[in-house]
Amino acid sequence: MTLTDSRAAATGFASRTLSLLKQREVGIFAAFALVVIVTTIRNPNFLFSNDGFRDLLVTPSLLLLVAVGQAMVIITRNVDLSVGSVMGLTAYLVGTLFRDFSAMPWPLAFVIGIAFGGALGLVNGLLVAFAKVPSLVITLGTLYAYRGINVMWTGSDRINASDMPADFLALGTSSIARIPYITIIALVVLAAAGWYMFTQRAGREYYAMGSDPDAATLYGLKVRRRLITAFVVSGALAGLAGVVYAARYGTVSSQVGVGYELQAVGAAVIGGVAIFGGSGTVFGAAIGAFLLITINRALPVVGVQDFWQQAVVGTLIIGAIVLDRLAANRQERQLAADRESSRD
Amino acid sequence: MKFPTKTTRGGVVAAVAALALVLAGCSSSDDDTDAGATAGGGDDGMATEANLDIVFLPKNLGNAYFDTSNAGGADAIAEFGGSYSEVGPQEASPDAQVSYINTATQQGVGALVVSANDPAAICDALNEARDAGVKVVTFDSDTNPECRDLFINQATAEGIARIQVDLIAEQIGDAGQVAVLSASANATNQNAWIEMMEEMLAADHPDIELVEVVYGDDDDQTSFDKTAALLQTYPDLKGIISPTTVGVSAAARYLSTSEYKGQVMLTGLGTPNQMRAYVEDGTVEAFALWNPADLGYLAAYAAKALIEGDITGAEGDTFEAGDLGSYTVGADATVLLGDPYVFDADNIGDFDF
Repeated sequence: MTLTDSRAAATGFASRTLSLLKQREVGIFAAFALVVIVTTIRNPNFLFSNDGFRDLLVTPSLLLLVAVGQAMVIITRNVDLSVGSVMGLTAYLVGTLFRDFSAMPWPLAFVIGIAFGGALGLVNGLLVAFAKVPSLVITLGTLYAYRGINVMWTGSDRINASDMPADFLALGTSSIARIPYITIIALVVLAAAGWYMFTQRAGREYYAMGSDPDAATLYGLKVRRRLITAFVVSGALAGLAGVVYAARYGTVSSQVGVGYELQAVGAAVIGGVAIFGGSGTVFGAAIGAFLLITINRALPVVGVQDFWQQAVVGTLIIGAIVLDRLAANRQERQLAADRESSRD
Repeated sequence: MKFPTKTTRGGVVAAVAALALVLAGCSSSDDDTDAGATAGGGDDGMATEANLDIVFLPKNLGNAYFDTSNAGGADAIAEFGGSYSEVGPQEASPDAQVSYINTATQQGVGALVVSANDPAAICDALNEARDAGVKVVTFDSDTNPECRDLFINQATAEGIARIQVDLIAEQIGDAGQVAVLSASANATNQNAWIEMMEEMLAADHPDIELVEVVYGDDDDQTSFDKTAALLQTYPDLKGIISPTTVGVSAAARYLSTSEYKGQVMLTGLGTPNQMRAYVEDGTVEAFALWNPADLGYLAAYAAKALIEGDITGAEGDTFEAGDLGSYTVGADATVLLGDPYVFDADNIGDFDF
């Protein structure tokens, strides 16, 4: 579904760059399908049991939310390393609200989570836009600052399943027509972000900024405003992911979302978003999230020993990027050759 | 314009610094006099009659676990007619307890019952307290042995391993595949318990097969995903043991909405608040931990026995601990609470920690 969307949108802008990007996503999706098929052959439960099918869709959805926001930031030639901490802080805020105001209707949790995450993202955006310090440094700082506030506030406390309403928790695990609610949320967010980045003028300007920030400024694009928007969206999606985390895992400590920032960057890069901005799609990042998480889940099922799993995941990430890079280089040479020959 | 600003700033800095110096001077001299005066007062109290003024010092206040344990201590102290008080820091940082220990020393209390945030950081303060005649009992979390009179140990490794093996054997009918969901691969406690559990399973439960030990790194999400993987990998799995509070609640969360709920049994070490939802919905039959209320109760009676001179902390000393019965001091001035406590649907409502 994501692929057809991206393809349909891409044909609208039938430029060479975009058709190249489409290829990358196809490659990553093929890798994802391969992981699922191989694992399912080894253990049919992976795909065909009720739990297996649900987990296949639901587990990557959290990372998908964060990776989509991250992709938007990376496309502007920035990076948001604070997303894991934003997620953790939001999850604890929402959990605390449920515990202290048990009458709070659960949809309000989503509103609060998105707003709070957006506010934390706004802090990032303002600092990056006005302090003229690279976002890598700013968000590395807020990564620690937000987590520090979280640890100070939470201490050894923990929000338990019995503190949160049953309807809210059910949302984290239930499905409609076998599609988990969380996955539906993630796909709606993905579709909206994809629509914005492909068809909206503002979305296109993100790519312009990422390709050449100076040119974008000289051309009169509202660079600063776009930058702030990108960080607010990234923060809001991380906030949403925090709420979804609470619903799915039913427990919140001070360590929620630790390491998510790197997984989100990893998902985006695997999905073909160039780390120096200007190219890539949110759909690629989404498929990257699915691939990354599914590899993680598949390894124990195919019997790779616990100790080796992280090493295998690392190798696969590097492998995926190298393969992707080789394919892209070949494509580039081909295009260059085509240009030469057409000139002759 | 610049010059006057600078002087003003300099003036403010100087004033603040001076004020700080004055305040520091005052407070340190206050401390000295107080310490001298109250230490003398404490001695007077000791001379007349047993001073059953017992202060509980948890790792931090507002912690449900210590609220429960200290309530147990308060019950015990009410039984034998002492006076109970509780002080403690807001945060469980290594040296946060020092000032509370010093204050208790100055007040000349009979005994301090401490759960140490750090085995060494509060040692000097505790030894000063002991020099001033205060008995020091540690519980839940020990200091270095030379800084306290007695340590109340909640459970032994063997007891913890045994109760989990017994629970899972009972729940799965003493036959079938089980797996262990542990904390991190290098967690010392968990590894020791798992090793003992393996021996116990091999020796006493030949029909139970331990198929795999997986590590959730004491992370909710990792433990959750590892549980999912276990269930998919071993379709015939009958039970999961998770000897860590994070692991057992994450596994319960996964099982509670899984198709395996009720088919795969889960037990381990958990806290009632974390497990309440899953015991109530039938995912988990029973799990174990010690009862913190009993721990505080025993610590209070041990403090009383020390104050009244019934015991000195030497190996073999015995004392009575109210409803819990008689206890004997073991090696390293340690008293063992007993076997871990089993929580199930019938009693989980009595606990809030």
